[in-house]
Amino acid sequence: MKTTALLLGTALAALAAGAAQAQTSVKVGVMNDRSGLYADLSGEGSVIAARMAVEDFKAAEKGIKVEIVSADHQNKPDVGSTIARQWYDQDGVDAILDVPTSSVALAVNQITKEKNKIHINSGAASSDLTGKACSPNTIHWTYDTYALAQGTGGAMVKAGGDSWFFMTADYAFGHALERDTGAIVTKNGGKVVGAVRTPFPGTDFSSFLLQAQASKAKVIGLANAGGDTINSIKQAGEFGITSAGQKLAGLLVFITDVHALGLQTAQGLVLTEAFYWDNNDGTRAWSERFAKANGGKKPSMVQAGVYSGMLHYLKAIEATKGKDPTAVMAKMKEMPTDDPLFGKGSVRADGRKMHDMYLFEVKKPSESKAPWDYYKQVAVLKADDAFKPLSESECPLVKK
Amino acid sequence: MFELLGIPPQALFGQLLLGLINGSFYAILSLGLAVIFGLLNIINFTHGAQYMMGAFVAWMCLNYLGVNYWAALLLAPVIVGFTGVVIERLFLSRIAHLDHLYGLLLTFGLALIIQGLFRNQYGSSGLPYQIPDALRGGYNLGFMFLPTYRAWVVVASIAVCLATWFMIEKTKLGAYLRAATENATLTQAFGINVPLLVTLTYGFGVALAAFAGVLAAPIYSVNPNMGADLIIVVFAVVVIGGMGSIMGAIVTGFSLGLVEGLTKVFYPEASATVIFIIMVLVLLVKPAGLFGRAA
Repeated sequence: MKTTALLLGTALAALAAGAAQAQTSVKVGVMNDRSGLYADLSGEGSVIAARMAVEDFKAAEKGIKVEIVSADHQNKPDVGSTIARQWYDQDGVDAILDVPTSSVALAVNQITKEKNKIHINSGAASSDLTGKACSPNTIHWTYDTYALAQGTGGAMVKAGGDSWFFMTADYAFGHALERDTGAIVTKNGGKVVGAVRTPFPGTDFSSFLLQAQASKAKVIGLANAGGDTINSIKQAGEFGITSAGQKLAGLLVFITDVHALGLQTAQGLVLTEAFYWDNNDGTRAWSERFAKANGGKKPSMVQAGVYSGMLHYLKAIEATKGKDPTAVMAKMKEMPTDDPLFGKGSVRADGRKMHDMYLFEVKKPSESKAPWDYYKQVAVLKADDAFKPLSESECPLVKK
Repeated sequence: MFELLGIPPQALFGQLLLGLINGSFYAILSLGLAVIFGLLNIINFTHGAQYMMGAFVAWMCLNYLGVNYWAALLLAPVIVGFTGVVIERLFLSRIAHLDHLYGLLLTFGLALIIQGLFRNQYGSSGLPYQIPDALRGGYNLGFMFLPTYRAWVVVASIAVCLATWFMIEKTKLGAYLRAATENATLTQAFGINVPLLVTLTYGFGVALAAFAGVLAAPIYSVNPNMGADLIIVVFAVVVIGGMGSIMGAIVTGFSLGLVEGLTKVFYPEASATVIFIIMVLVLLVKPAGLFGRAA
């Protein structure tokens, strides 16, 4: 009885607050993989993260009505494009969030530009989103292939891994990751001795691993993600590749992948992420709330990025008192970003969101004290070192 | 050192051996499909999901019941085979008199439902399953490092394939089975319980898929989509071998594994498509498949 009264009161208060201010209503679409290999690291979890951002921002009290819709792009650019057009043209969606899978992200990036809407990408990796394919309507939020290459690639070369062989997922993302990492390796004095393009998605990587082994490279760079990475790491262990002295570099490994591999198989792997749930009190508190809503699973950096991006978008809407894409975008680039998950940061002219990246090493089973206690921090990459400097940018939006 | 087709023979042998290992999975899976198609005339699209269930049941056995790999190798096929029996009794037996297409749609729908349920429960990125201790490590063959577990996969699958072939082609039970395939009404007239035979055959075919699933669990990612990715290839294998041909399924399974292995060396980008190219060629030249009888 008491709760009902309380709820009623809150509802009335919200209504009154809404009536007092001019109402802006925005519709945000969370598009990602909800059924395939990236469903765990994005999927429904990203929708939960977006909802949490709306709650934490107290959007209703500020006179902003937010509606969140979601869809499954099945990792197919054609499916993603169709959804994006439908959302923008018919359903009145103002912004699209998340969009893992670079090939789909590049398609959505293009459509968003055509329709002059807003795309805040958290899930995809290709650095082309803020490079040659950059758009005034896109922000690339969480990470990119350049930062991953800087983090893991740079660290491996410095540790003596100066010859590389790439196993590359044969699509936009894999190619970008191979290119960016190759550049970092060469820049740091190493060399790339070979690469093999593997069909995506794949199951058996033993044949490619054997080619990598025959190359005698010190490091095998896994320019792939999700199930492909899991299978490659599992099979590399099996074929004695790691025990024979070659090192594996998981260029894009998410915490959900480590969870799927198990610490026994994943231990010692060095990887780069933008976010880890156990980083500080802020991330721990948020992640706990998130896990409660997500069946006990901790957030991935992609999901954390959706939260952070959504929050910044809402702040810009509040500041501009409207949802005009050009004004909101300008505001988002002008305002510094600040949230408990990524700390303070900014959005650059090319659409790159700037924050620190972290180099982690996967713990041994004996070091892990609790479920999801997987990483120990090896190094922090300052934002300016992690992401491609504007001076090297291929983005036409950057004035040089 | 001489070279064969531009690559050193050592590398070639290694790749051929790997192809044989992958072929083992194709062989067991296509064998199950062929057995089911032979007697039930049903194109079992649930096969991939049942392969996945095999791997998951092995994981569940280990994590919920503490049952190890070896026991799971027997237990998982029995459990999943039993679910197959239930599916046959509940659904397939009702549409047995209808066109192939109904069975295909039904089993395809079931596969989607099963995958969805597992995804909902366990997520999409998969679960860890370790190689049993006895099969860890490997042999250095000079031209490659052969993990003990892979060698075991080849041995186990060849044994299972040959045992199945023997049972169907050389035993009395197999004779009943073949008779029922040829003419069900007449076989029943001789006092043989054909509906029971049909149910058990489906259960057996499904158990084969689950067996392959357990074999795959320690080396491939155990996730709800693992079967969906594989099953399309396996269907192509069955089409190439000839629908319903037991030996055809086995031989084609292994040989296509080899072809795929070679493609991974010479033109890796095409390794996912090469089997389908062969399928098209075979269908053009021999529509009934390499080992199939013309209808």
